Amino acid sequence: MKKRIEDLIVIENRKLNEQFFVLRVSSSTTLPSILPGQFLQALVKDSPSTFLRRPLSVHDVDEATNSISILIQVAGRGTESLSRLKPGDTVNMVYPLGNSFTLPLQGEKVLLTGGGCGMAPLLYLGRKIRESGIEPVFALGFRNRERVLEHDEFKKLGTVQIATEDGSMGNRGLVTDLPVFTENKWDKVYSCGPEPMMKAIAAKCSERDILCEVSLENLMACGIGVCLCCVVQTTSGNVCSCTEGPVFNTRVLKWQS
Amino acid sequence: MAELKVRIGSMIMKNPVMTASGTFGYGPEFEDFIDVSSLGGIIVKGTTLEHREGNPYPRMAETPSGMLNAVGLQNKGIDYFEKNIYPRILGYRTNVIINVNGSTIDDYVKLSERINNLDSIPAIELNISCPNVKMGGMIFGTNPASAREVIAAVRKVYSKTLIVKLSPNVTNIAEFALISEGEGADSVSLINTLLGMAVDVKTMKPKLSTITGGLSGPAIKPIALRMVWQVARAVKIPVIGIGGIMNTEDALEFIMAGATAVQVGTASFIEPRTAEMIVTGLEDYLAMKNFNGINDITGILNR
Repeated sequence: MKKRIEDLIVIENRKLNEQFFVLRVSSSTTLPSILPGQFLQALVKDSPSTFLRRPLSVHDVDEATNSISILIQVAGRGTESLSRLKPGDTVNMVYPLGNSFTLPLQGEKVLLTGGGCGMAPLLYLGRKIRESGIEPVFALGFRNRERVLEHDEFKKLGTVQIATEDGSMGNRGLVTDLPVFTENKWDKVYSCGPEPMMKAIAAKCSERDILCEVSLENLMACGIGVCLCCVVQTTSGNVCSCTEGPVFNTRVLKWQS
Repeated sequence: MAELKVRIGSMIMKNPVMTASGTFGYGPEFEDFIDVSSLGGIIVKGTTLEHREGNPYPRMAETPSGMLNAVGLQNKGIDYFEKNIYPRILGYRTNVIINVNGSTIDDYVKLSERINNLDSIPAIELNISCPNVKMGGMIFGTNPASAREVIAAVRKVYSKTLIVKLSPNVTNIAEFALISEGEGADSVSLINTLLGMAVDVKTMKPKLSTITGGLSGPAIKPIALRMVWQVARAVKIPVIGIGGIMNTEDALEFIMAGATAVQVGTASFIEPRTAEMIVTGLEDYLAMKNFNGINDITGILNR
């Protein structure tokens, strides 16, 4: 799909809690086809210390309104500036970038698992899987009840199991302690979240020979495979996570501790 | 329309706007955004004889008005370039220039010889200024005797346009420009990145795996401009200005200070259309000022 540089119009800025918000932006033309797992590079205006674009994963897409939802955690000046965008403002985006998750085959059983802000791409992935006639199962982990994100949105698409570190909602403990991980029926597991969590999930999948795809969030400058800054070590050497990824089969990753 | 054509050695460029090595891939990466053939030239990723994996991640840190990188010349080597990249870029109606790197003089010579045989490559940019490799690179570009030796050796085997990319990490950059000219280089390009570093105070560790890296972006523009001005006054060969060029005005500053051509680098990461926009911007400026051509303003500060 051809990449675009476009001023997208903010149609909604929905605050989820003090740290997270969902920005919905729309194109005045028909959106290009966007695959689950792909990302955008946002230009941050009015923030002199924010020199580079900010890579943001696609949280959801609504073709009917040509709009893209992006779930963002305020992590620094760039994302703080984006959090102040109001309906009617524009944000310049380079998109769609990167590869995508491999959709399941008919009849396969799939688990979508993540934690914190990292679970953003799992909603759109879940929607595409649902549209293909498979009911996805989500296993999501958060710090506490207040930090649980988009629970209602995920529930619309499939079964959701929640883990919180303090037990204030769902199971107490880590996402990998959830009952779904003891079940042996998964054909594919998709994950996005903090690296230690993805490594733990990848290890569980590897033990049982289940295909596991993860979406990485490496530091990035260009987003189009030319600066070679966001590299990840794989069995075929250093590759750009912006073009060869952000989604990788964990079998090719040489994860260093 | 005002004449934008410039000449570097025996290479003719339709306009003075080029893209800097390591910021433009091989060109196809930008085809969705611009017509690559509209540029004066593109300098492709730093190339070595052998395949290189570069430095460990993290290799990048954002800084105020700029960024540090420590990529370390990751590239697939000249064999891969010849077999897989070269056929793809033959269709470009622009000058495709290879940035040449090595650990030893012998590496530089062997690679330059190989490229001399590639008919569609009109020039090389001899990179004696990469700050991110342990062997070669900046070591050649910061020692006058070594610089002289490597340029002379390459000049013997390379018959087309030879551009030498200079390091700003020296006391007197004009000295290295004069050495380049004296050894037969057709042009000098400057500046490569400035050596810098950044610390993550949360983890109390350097932000780059290599601790130090090369600073680029608008943060270095005033330094780059000063160096281009100094070099343009010292040598007769054409100077190519590089360093934090983000827009037409920046490019004009370099041209007025003495640059025959300019290279757009880090700006392409943020706005992939920057180089093409500058071509149009230069045309508009010359028309607005009623100049006949870009030569009317090249080095106007030094006249």
